[in-house]
Amino acid sequence: MANAMRDVAIVGVAESDLGRVPDKSKFQLSAEASRLALDDAGLSVKDVDGLFTTIITEGGQFSSMMMAEYMGITPRFTDSTSIGGSSFVAYVEHAAMAIATGLCDVALICHGSTNISDRGGKGGPMSASTDVFGPSQFEEPYGVSTVGSYALAAQRHMHEYGTTSEQLAEIAVATRKWASMNPKARMRDPITIDDVMNSRVIASPLHLLDCCLVTDAGGAVVLTSLERARDLKKTPVQVLGTGEAHTHRMISQMPDLTQTAAAISGKLAFERSGLTHSDIDVAQIYDSFTITVLLTLESLGFCAKGEGGAFVSNQRTAPGGDFPMNTQGGALSYTHPGMFGIFTVIEGVRQVRGECGPRQVPNAQVALCNGTGGVLSSTGTIILGRD
Amino acid sequence: MALPPLPRPYQDTAAYWEAAKDHRFIIQKCKECGEFQFYPRGVCSHCLSSDLDWQEASGKAEIYSCSVNYRAPHPGFADATPFVLAIVTLEEGPRMMTNIIGCDPESVKIGMAVSVVFEDVTDEVTLPKFTPV
Repeated sequence: MANAMRDVAIVGVAESDLGRVPDKSKFQLSAEASRLALDDAGLSVKDVDGLFTTIITEGGQFSSMMMAEYMGITPRFTDSTSIGGSSFVAYVEHAAMAIATGLCDVALICHGSTNISDRGGKGGPMSASTDVFGPSQFEEPYGVSTVGSYALAAQRHMHEYGTTSEQLAEIAVATRKWASMNPKARMRDPITIDDVMNSRVIASPLHLLDCCLVTDAGGAVVLTSLERARDLKKTPVQVLGTGEAHTHRMISQMPDLTQTAAAISGKLAFERSGLTHSDIDVAQIYDSFTITVLLTLESLGFCAKGEGGAFVSNQRTAPGGDFPMNTQGGALSYTHPGMFGIFTVIEGVRQVRGECGPRQVPNAQVALCNGTGGVLSSTGTIILGRD
Repeated sequence: MALPPLPRPYQDTAAYWEAAKDHRFIIQKCKECGEFQFYPRGVCSHCLSSDLDWQEASGKAEIYSCSVNYRAPHPGFADATPFVLAIVTLEEGPRMMTNIIGCDPESVKIGMAVSVVFEDVTDEVTLPKFTPV
């Protein structure tokens, strides 16, 4: 299996309009990103025979059927796996498997969301339902939220390992530096550790600037066999290794608040690729919150458990640092439409192709992308390399 | 004032919420493998046995993690901030989400001993919450 997956390549990537796009539906954003990604590959929508998508908000029921109909696609492989923001990284594994086994030839992964416009242009809570059915009735009545859940993990990590808010702030500051070099990034003005520390506390210990943006956005990724990829427009980007896992749905059920499923999915991706941590030239680590990054770096094994704070210190992940990470500006500063996973893949591919302009990591041959979904619940890890 | 999100009891959970209304805190223990579990389910999450027993829990717990929340996650919490969102480890072993009440939110720390108290939110719904011992 591991070898078969290497015969699959990513051949097209694209974003739609990003930021505040009140005049376009989430379906249109997804479809426009798909058209651009197919153009990037030199393929057409008529070539697509595998579709991978999920929409977790209103109108997203039966997502892959709905989007296939919207775009006039009749897939013979269809996947609406819904594990949160990591779904789109996991789809790379699923698509690679489907292509490697001949179940489809051209796979389209797409995503669209009007996460900010759906809220009337303001951040903050979406649901006002007072009737909770299912297991979440053991959390929602207590005021659980996404940021509250991640705050619980951050607090526990601080308790166990002495991690500080300043160390978490290092991640936000470094990510903003990358964003300043990306014209598509929403937040491009430099920030300091003091700025993060002085921003208001949303849920202790997380400050406003520890949290991702809320935006509208679409993205798409196209895969096909490596053999076919070599005849297409762009340098093929090989899928060298993949992994996925989930450990819980609700934060109160997380087995260990300081370790994510990336400990499983990352290990699988490294094993299947035959690569080691020192082979990774650039990392795209889902940054819904600063703590997400810190836990993921530890869980992936880039440093020992508890050493994440020291690892990210002294702007190690910033431009010029020895661990270039989230080079498009991440969910913290570039875009975050509720599920960010597809954007880790898009930037990983662009870095490996060498088309990132001022923010290009010199000679980036191998990229690792890690998506996190739910409340630190699910992960997908992929390792990509230039053909 | 807007109501907070409230549980709609279902097959797995009706007995739990009914007991809470009577200010009793009960959890499930598997008759086959002997493990406790929280939240209530129709089967044991350790062995999938359907042979489950409800037991009165001690109501004693330790804070596993906590966070002072300054932003209301829902209109029903608009007048409730700041509040302490917490995960506690019950004496019987399982963890559950709760709020820590009856104290200064900023004083709540991981590792603190807490015990169950009952908050009657409406005539129909009572939430088990915890307070420092």
